Amino acid sequence: MWRRILSRLSTSLMVAWGSVTFAFLALHTLPGRIEDILAGDLDYPGLREAIATEWGLNRSPAEQYLDFLLRIASGDFGTSYVLRQPVGGVLGSQVMPTVQLALAAGLLALVLAVLAASATAGRSRSARALAALLELLFASTPVFWLGILLLMAFSFSLRWFPVSGAQGWQALVLPSVALALPTAGLLAQVLRDSMEKTLEQPFVVTIRSRGLGEWPLRLRHVLRHAALPAVTLGGWLIGGLLGGAVITEKVFGRPGLGTVTLNAVLSHDVPVVLAVVLMAAFIHVAASTLLDILYVLVDPRLKAQ
Amino acid sequence: MSEATPSEAATLLSDPSGRTGPAAPGAAIRRVIAVLWQWKGFLAAGAFLLLLAMVLATPHLLTAYDPLEGDALAGLRAPNATHPFGTDRLGRDVLARTLYGARYSLSIGFGATAISVGFGVLLGIAGGQKSRLLDETICRLFDVISSFPGVLMALLVVTFLGQGMLNVAIAVGVAGIPKFGRVVRAQTQLARNADYVTQAYIYGRSRAAVFFHHLLPNVLLAIPVIATVYVGTTILAVSSLSFLGLGPQPPTPEWGVMLAESRDVLRIAWWPGVFPGAALTLTVIAFTVIGNALQRRFERRG
Repeated sequence: MWRRILSRLSTSLMVAWGSVTFAFLALHTLPGRIEDILAGDLDYPGLREAIATEWGLNRSPAEQYLDFLLRIASGDFGTSYVLRQPVGGVLGSQVMPTVQLALAAGLLALVLAVLAASATAGRSRSARALAALLELLFASTPVFWLGILLLMAFSFSLRWFPVSGAQGWQALVLPSVALALPTAGLLAQVLRDSMEKTLEQPFVVTIRSRGLGEWPLRLRHVLRHAALPAVTLGGWLIGGLLGGAVITEKVFGRPGLGTVTLNAVLSHDVPVVLAVVLMAAFIHVAASTLLDILYVLVDPRLKAQ
Repeated sequence: MSEATPSEAATLLSDPSGRTGPAAPGAAIRRVIAVLWQWKGFLAAGAFLLLLAMVLATPHLLTAYDPLEGDALAGLRAPNATHPFGTDRLGRDVLARTLYGARYSLSIGFGATAISVGFGVLLGIAGGQKSRLLDETICRLFDVISSFPGVLMALLVVTFLGQGMLNVAIAVGVAGIPKFGRVVRAQTQLARNADYVTQAYIYGRSRAAVFFHHLLPNVLLAIPVIATVYVGTTILAVSSLSFLGLGPQPPTPEWGVMLAESRDVLRIAWWPGVFPGAALTLTVIAFTVIGNALQRRFERRG
């Protein structure tokens, strides 16, 4: 078991190192001087020189690469020359609204998917057809269109929720629903498929013969067994939530990492974009590693090997 | 949508007494209807894509209005007889913009998929060859690309290359390379060790002949099916980036751009925010349904 966990950890470290290297190579293979790329749309006397000193551009590429790796490893993402402050500070002040949004949406998606899958797996043909139709509909609906429809219905017509901002829990409801539904659709598809296969297993017959009710059976036994394919999707879903948060924040005019990133993209503020993208990649890799390791701990078959 | 094949459905509907012999004409019609009902999702999606193809080829036959020219005095008119989808803030016909918009959204989506398929196939075939080092390098490259969440990867590419249709296609296309690369790599390794390839070598065929006549056709067999499912996802990603303002710029009648513009008038007008989104969602659903149906048939064949 420990060997499996260690090898999973080392693969993840490799991928994280690879993504930093990828970013470094991308920066260096682009046409144009690195000073110009990093400066964004800015130009004032002394800026190019300051960048060259901070990034050590007069040293050999190998030294620069090593320096870049060490800086990222120590959590230093450099300076945003457009905003004239350290990237860490820029992002740190905007992290919370995005984390709230992603967590709320992730939880909502999980609950919806588990309920939908448990309720419809292996049931009548019409129930499954309806569930499949809804899942397809939600999985194919763009987050931003869903957001627009929700705004029209619940903010402009019914006036239940605020139109924009991030004040209070009311402002979190519509963005989380918009972000959660497409994810829930995908997750429910996978979970239902897997639950239907699990329901055919002999252990289900054994448990039924002991007289356990249908819902306890599904939630306590079948769900746990059927979660593996959904867990392997987990890392990818977290990545999707982070990307989706950028779009959701734009629709609902919410402050957060997405808004900062989008402004940075439009003003060519490369250090900020680089930091956000690398952080998202790290979170994605860390989350999928954690889920894989968790599964080794949960599944007795993997523990025995 | 359901698991029963058309032939099973026809059997179920045919005479339960099991009599054979000339069937009544009513039974034949019922059988045809049963088959059609079995494939209703596929048929509806196919019909929608046919309609879409017509919209792509000849949008001017379906609307009399220009997607860019507006009548400033007729802004934000609700849907009516002359403007079935209403008009937007600048008095442009929303139906015309939605119809012409299909060109942009679909061509960027197809372009992005072509990039994913092209590079995925090249890298996948290279990774499936004998060299362990090359294989490891390419697999790790796929891991690294897929470690970046799609939208954020695209944001990075757009920051480096700038806004615009081609750059959005590149951004979304790069993110999809591992999807195809991994399949092609696995298929190449399978085919390379297959008996028919060994036999072709024994018969003295050259490496190039084996590659082009035996390996390549088998490796590429699954690609069109996967690509069909993937085009839907790509169109979704592309329009998301357009919505963020990174793709085509206003006044281009692209669906994502139109929805971004509708955000400002939502309080007073629902139509500019509903119709382009519905067109986009239906397109994504149609590609997904057709792709999934093809995939099921393809897997059963194997």
